[in-house]
Amino acid sequence: MSEPMATLEKVKRFIFDPVPHHRALGLELLACSPESVTVRLPYRPEFVGDPVSGVLHGGVITTLLDTTCGCAVFAKLTSPRRVATLDLRIDYMRPASAGLDVIAVAECYRMTRQIAFVRAIAHDGDPSRPVASTAGTFAIFEGKSKRPDTLVAPKETP
Amino acid sequence: MSVPEAITLLRERGDFGPLCAAIPYARFLGLSLAMEDGHVVGMLAFSPPNVGNPVVGALHGGTLGALLEFTAVGHLLHAVDSVGVPKTINLTVEYLRSAGLRDTHARCHVLRLGRRVAVVRIEAYQDDRKKPVATASAHFLLEPKHAPVGDPG
Repeated sequence: MSEPMATLEKVKRFIFDPVPHHRALGLELLACSPESVTVRLPYRPEFVGDPVSGVLHGGVITTLLDTTCGCAVFAKLTSPRRVATLDLRIDYMRPASAGLDVIAVAECYRMTRQIAFVRAIAHDGDPSRPVASTAGTFAIFEGKSKRPDTLVAPKETP
Repeated sequence: MSVPEAITLLRERGDFGPLCAAIPYARFLGLSLAMEDGHVVGMLAFSPPNVGNPVVGALHGGTLGALLEFTAVGHLLHAVDSVGVPKTINLTVEYLRSAGLRDTHARCHVLRLGRRVAVVRIEAYQDDRKKPVATASAHFLLEPKHAPVGDPG
């Protein structure tokens, strides 16, 4: 198995596929390497924030970017660890075009033992005209990430 | 009901229901707004598809970002009569603790209200308002409802 495929499979199995909200949005992991991760958000009418223009709500772009940045950190790890977002700054450059899928591309450009620094853009077809850009920092926890399919069910709502 | 009609109703009666119903993404995610003690409070209702980490039992961080942004827009629509829907310039979310599998609320405070730009802080919390799960700072562009001729901006 080639290295890019191995990274894609690792990210899909550990932190992409097990997430219910990724399925709810129909997010698709398009490409994955330690250098860069690409995720697509399909355009769907239920993600619209402005029903007059058909423009997507900012919240769904935030979610796409958070996910893509988190995957970029995980893709760079040499062994699976739990990763959590510390902060995420999103600059909205222009509204995403109605009817078009949004693509996010993230790069983890610096990683220490405990902290990872990530940047990303989101575009709707032309990467040179981003709809949003992001800078985020993530915490990397000690200890191995457990296989989600071997873990106990989450606690019920009290 | 159209969004402009819903905004008029919100300003006249403090009723956020029609506005939330008019926004597809609010319905999809389970976002709503209400007045509590004279303050606009946003709510993200718990629903299993919003889970981000099924292992520790936490909501997806993006859904909290959505709640924070949605609450700020609702607050500004209520607080500033002279504008259309505020446009998000940027949003910086700090994630303080994992958000459990239950309803999440949020409140917005305006730090500075300029003619064109509003600077706000938003806090999202679950059981205890003193222990927010996430906070955000954000800038919004305030679009005049009717831009005066020759307005220098």
